[in-house]
Amino acid sequence: MRRQRAIDVLVIGGGPAGLAAAGRLARVGAGTVEVLEREGRAGGVPRHCHHRGFGRWGVTGPQYADRLVEAALGAGVAVRTGVSATGWAGALVVDTTGPHGLERITARAVVLATGARERPRAARLVPGTRPAGVYTTGELQQAVHLHHQRIGTRAVVVGAEPVSYAALAALRRAGVEVAALVTEETRPQVGRARAASARLGRRVPLLTGTTIVELLGRGRLSGVRLRHADGRPGAIACDTVVFTGDFVPEQELARRGRVPLDSGTRGPAVDGAFRTAARGVFAVGNVLHAVEPARAAAREGAAAAVAVRRHLEGADWPASAGLPVEAVAPLRWVAPNRLVPGEPPVPGARFLLRTAETLVRPVLLVTQGGRCLHRARVPRRVLANGSLHLSGAWVGLVDAAGGAVRIGLG
Amino acid sequence: MTLTSKGPLPSEPYDVTVVGAGVVGSAIARELAAHHRLRVALVEASGDVGDGTSKANTAILHTGFDAVPGSLEARLVREGQRLLAAYAADSGIPVEPVGALLVAWDDEQLAALPGLLDKARGNAYTAARIIDADEVWAREPHLGPGALGALDVPGESIICPWTTTLAYATQAVRGGVHLHLNCRVKKGNWVEYPAGGCRELATSRGVLRTRYLINAAGLHTDDLDQQLLGEGKFAVTPRRGQLIVFDKLARDLVRHILLPVPTALGKGVLVAPTVYGNVLLGPTAEELDDKTGTGTTADGLDTLRAKGRRILPALLDEEVTTVYAGLRAATEHDDYQIHASPDERWITVGGIRSTGLTASMAIAAYVVDLLADAAGPELDLTHAGDLDPVRMPNLGEAFPRPYQRADLIATDPAYGTIVCHCERVTRGEIRDALISTVPPGSLDGLRRRTRARGGRCQGFYCGAAVRELFDGWGESGAAR
Repeated sequence: MRRQRAIDVLVIGGGPAGLAAAGRLARVGAGTVEVLEREGRAGGVPRHCHHRGFGRWGVTGPQYADRLVEAALGAGVAVRTGVSATGWAGALVVDTTGPHGLERITARAVVLATGARERPRAARLVPGTRPAGVYTTGELQQAVHLHHQRIGTRAVVVGAEPVSYAALAALRRAGVEVAALVTEETRPQVGRARAASARLGRRVPLLTGTTIVELLGRGRLSGVRLRHADGRPGAIACDTVVFTGDFVPEQELARRGRVPLDSGTRGPAVDGAFRTAARGVFAVGNVLHAVEPARAAAREGAAAAVAVRRHLEGADWPASAGLPVEAVAPLRWVAPNRLVPGEPPVPGARFLLRTAETLVRPVLLVTQGGRCLHRARVPRRVLANGSLHLSGAWVGLVDAAGGAVRIGLG
Repeated sequence: MTLTSKGPLPSEPYDVTVVGAGVVGSAIARELAAHHRLRVALVEASGDVGDGTSKANTAILHTGFDAVPGSLEARLVREGQRLLAAYAADSGIPVEPVGALLVAWDDEQLAALPGLLDKARGNAYTAARIIDADEVWAREPHLGPGALGALDVPGESIICPWTTTLAYATQAVRGGVHLHLNCRVKKGNWVEYPAGGCRELATSRGVLRTRYLINAAGLHTDDLDQQLLGEGKFAVTPRRGQLIVFDKLARDLVRHILLPVPTALGKGVLVAPTVYGNVLLGPTAEELDDKTGTGTTADGLDTLRAKGRRILPALLDEEVTTVYAGLRAATEHDDYQIHASPDERWITVGGIRSTGLTASMAIAAYVVDLLADAAGPELDLTHAGDLDPVRMPNLGEAFPRPYQRADLIATDPAYGTIVCHCERVTRGEIRDALISTVPPGSLDGLRRRTRARGGRCQGFYCGAAVRELFDGWGESGAAR
């Protein structure tokens, strides 16, 4: 038997985006607002990121997570930890499992804030044996910071993105020697100072243009085989390897609810008000764009709250999915990726784009059917896999009958 | 109940020792357990049961429709299918009777279907029939273009291979069989010592005394025959099968086991649902020299993806959950190699290929009959008693799992605490596995008992928490 309940807003996922959305909704009197968090503690990924730099004051991840939770609780949000959303029993009806039993919760609005995760070794199709000692950063950080587990003695980190350097820090904290950072890219995807600090200060070599072609070892990892860009083979002896980055949206619940995804982001397709194509279902945070920093996710959550509140107050849900917004190579994807003509994005929301190549002071060009709607110069260098932001000031110029809107480089 | 994983072995002699706790060895040990007066040992080189070939197969409960008619394999698969289907229903081993379609993609394959239909009839399997392309499409709407027809084999099922081996081993241990893990049989002399029918076996954990030996060492069956008897009737050539497991969100793409049509050019690969709700693509078939060569290769995975794209194009857009490789114990013969050497007090159970899971219970019964003949009055194998039934934890998606059961959660909130989110494995299930009759010796063993860490994130979310539970219970000594 499932206990049945009805509430106003059900937020699924108690990370920065979900907590920020719920907190703001509760503060503005949106009724009963509940956050479901399947882990034992709310706060999301920052819970196990012990480095500083979170939020406006640059606190540690756990401190930031605590503040988000306190703020939500203070606003009157019911934060329910250890409770998993396991599926849908209707358009806005969610089934849950928790230690207190099974429930069926009906809400007037559902906000998907399920976040993102790193693609593990198998999904990257890295051949070889299946030994112990193979991690993602997420597992490593939890093992080191939450459970104080023994990791190993010598590690290779796959990737040279910000999260890779966070993995490096977690390994050092656990007393693990780092043999190398290995990336297929031609340069690290962090600022020069951070890369230099690891390479020179910590004496961790960075192998660029290098692919892990095989994991070795039975029982426990004994090493990795490499291939360099020029075809030279190589090998590193290690008992630990950490696959970092390559984030994918955690979109199971969205798909189980038949919420259409965007082919670029692989997260739910949303418009400028974070509405999915399923009436009453919103999506926010890194499930839309794997991944942005916690603060960006929280900011988006707060922005989405405005749209959720409008919906609760009876605003119309767009009858059609709106116009597609598409990224043109080398831009990989854009979020939001739908657009309701004439409706500007909610305050605080903006278009986020991801580039596949390093760009130097790029000009973003918004077009519709060959007509230029907007030009904007980004006055900086954007590294490969880096993010670009674009305001929605041009949305009023979109022709409802003009077809897809494209965002590319000028 | 006796299960050991370290230290010296009991000095009192066993009547029968089964070497190899894979699906076949465990089934034989279970069969022997019904003979309550026998002292039986099941010894395993690895730290867990079902840790070799048995853990990495295609997880299909075969009808045996395509076996060589008249062969021992054909007979044992047919009998074994019936026995295991009934045992699975009683023991809680998940089985889904999804049926199979052998899809023909070219004229040669289409032309091979009538021959396969005849073969099925030759194996007394009469439910198979040939269907046309339209019916194939109607029943598998996501199939790639080009299917010309299929052989419909409605009796083929999918099964959980891990639970099967574990159920046998659990029932054997509860029935009095001594299970000794981390116990590798070493080269030595297989001679009577002292006189009186008892022989000594050198193992990595010291001497083991036994009167009869059943060699069910899987890939190493030939080596064991060679090393102890000094002769072998066959050679095992490991045949590697690499497989890709796709995410649960791909499950709706396929309804049946899509088997390849075997032709002169090879067996091809299959696409099959799993009882865990995933989709399997594979296997490759590579003859190796290395009996430990269970690694995957870039070529193997590329080949599978190319073939999978043709069979079920949308599958390739889904996330991969895991990849693995298993080694089939192929020999130069076309049939199982089960031989008794009464003078040597020895039975060899070799060449058990991918059908071994299906045939396991029938193999066990056959082997115990051989043993009875070989031993004569020396071992009393005439009266088999009853074994206490086992009820295994359900790992299958087609049956209620603990996280879905309000009744279970009401009795113990641990069944409402999901630890592994992708596979929805609860703290209660992990605890139960860790204190079970045959507990896991590693995180991989825990995964095979619960599915924990086996999902799309491969431990990103739950890995550290699952290890915490594993280490915690291990230290408290609850298991061993």
